[in-house]
Amino acid sequence: MRTPLALAAGLAAAAALVALPHFLGRSGVYLLSYWVVFVVATMGLNLTVGYAGQKSLGHAAFFGIGAYTVAILMKAGLSFWLGLPLAALLCFASGIVVGFPALRVQAIYLAFATLGFNTAAWLFMRNEEWLTGGTFGIKDIARPSLFGVSFDGHRAYYYLCLAVAAILAALLYGLLRSPWGKAFTALRDNPIRAESLGVDVRGYTLLAFAIGAAYAGVAGALFAPLLEFIDPAPFSVGASIMMYLMVVVGGPGYFFGPMLGAAVGVVLPEWLRFAQDWYLFVFGAAVVLLMIWLPDGLLSIPGRLRARREARAASAARAAAAARLDGGGR
Amino acid sequence: MSAPLLEVTDLRKSYGAIRAVAGVSFEVRPGEIFGVIGPNGSGKTTMFNSVLGQIAPDAGAIRLKGADITGLSPLALNRRGVGRTFQTLQVFGRMSVRDNLLVAAQEHRGSMFSRMFAAPDSGLGARADALIDLFRIGHVADKPAGSLSYGQQKLVDIAMAFMSEPDLVLLDEPCAGVNPSLVGEIAALLRELNRSRGGSFVVIEHNMDFVMGLCHRVMVMVEGEVLAIGTPDAIRADRRVLDAYLGN
Repeated sequence: MRTPLALAAGLAAAAALVALPHFLGRSGVYLLSYWVVFVVATMGLNLTVGYAGQKSLGHAAFFGIGAYTVAILMKAGLSFWLGLPLAALLCFASGIVVGFPALRVQAIYLAFATLGFNTAAWLFMRNEEWLTGGTFGIKDIARPSLFGVSFDGHRAYYYLCLAVAAILAALLYGLLRSPWGKAFTALRDNPIRAESLGVDVRGYTLLAFAIGAAYAGVAGALFAPLLEFIDPAPFSVGASIMMYLMVVVGGPGYFFGPMLGAAVGVVLPEWLRFAQDWYLFVFGAAVVLLMIWLPDGLLSIPGRLRARREARAASAARAAAAARLDGGGR
Repeated sequence: MSAPLLEVTDLRKSYGAIRAVAGVSFEVRPGEIFGVIGPNGSGKTTMFNSVLGQIAPDAGAIRLKGADITGLSPLALNRRGVGRTFQTLQVFGRMSVRDNLLVAAQEHRGSMFSRMFAAPDSGLGARADALIDLFRIGHVADKPAGSLSYGQQKLVDIAMAFMSEPDLVLLDEPCAGVNPSLVGEIAALLRELNRSRGGSFVVIEHNMDFVMGLCHRVMVMVEGEVLAIGTPDAIRADRRVLDAYLGN
């Protein structure tokens, strides 16, 4: 019963995502594209953090490396379609390098190591003006076309982002169902036991960082032509913290967590603009309350409700059994 | 007599001035259930963790099927056919019972790269189902392991150690925190695995009835040294063991 329901819900959501741009203005479609880009980035972070249990506060650096790779290559006259896989590849390799500290340190210490990487990458983007344009950034980044189909329009570019996100979501789903998915989860739940069962903890830790980084690289590659301009600001440590927040709010280790978390992180601040100067305060307070009541994220709600229902049923069964025993005793 | 499966020779491990393991030697034969007993602090777990690559011994040699395995990592030991359980429960709480069993053997199939494209159960579904049946945990097979009772999790924990069909399994206090009826069930399961698969086990345990009823030979450790090795009857009758550990 759950599978047909889930399938129907999935199809309805997909149809809504395809139809939605036709009911939105230019800024609405832009916001939707922005959300899709962050879904791709946070899908990768969810693999690293949510499934493999590694603490990473450097995800925006990979996002930036992806964006700058595409922007610089396109400015050099190369195709977006060459830049996109190169961005993913470069981030995959960077992810392996950044994953090495995870073999030595864990938890908050790993978070600080990745935070250091993000700071170094951000300083590089800001200071190496000859390559990145420094604080002036890189402007007039063209949107691509493929086989004569231009993605220059805001709706067309949204559909391109959506198609890339759908392909990456399908790949991630397959990966998580494969033995790799179980190995990542084992690594998160209990690395010592995992190693004693033959799970190559070193290899899977590096892979979790590398694949997560590659997703951020693709997201960055989509981000640069979306804005048509990039500077170092969106790739700071603050952006990494925001991405981490999106994963945690959606539900780390839940496949659809990034979709929900990115919506909260991207769309909610826009909805709260009516609060003017107070919107950051309202957003922050909402997140604090959410973390208090739902530390496992929004997608943990159905599981919590189910557990509560089962606990109630078990209590009722115990009470009924006790009553029967009392009755029998008399 | 067949060649020993595991040979431990003059194993030593100290922490500063404390000699946790002081020249321990023993061997485990193929198909044997070998018990290790001793009071708390006698060096059982340090010896165990030295054999299993969890800590590096100061001196001594460990050989598996004649090959030197001293200082190998737990990963390398597992790949060579050594399984283990821990003193405390070590299941993967958010994974189903069935997935716990699958992940316990999947890394023995193909290369890491090929596993990315492998079937979700790595072709191990039938083997997992056989162990699920043997351990009588079929009714909870699809539930998250962390949601089970302590006793059920203990059974899952032990079953995981056997999933890769290892030559040797080291069990660290399999009866710790387990109710008496489950102790009997665990003993019966280990006896059955030993009989049907010819498995060899090293069992650390404080439950004397369990050890004496299950093991073919028993080693007694006191203050980091081997006090005696022998059959359960011989150990029960050994005056030194009675004085140092079992009492009258």
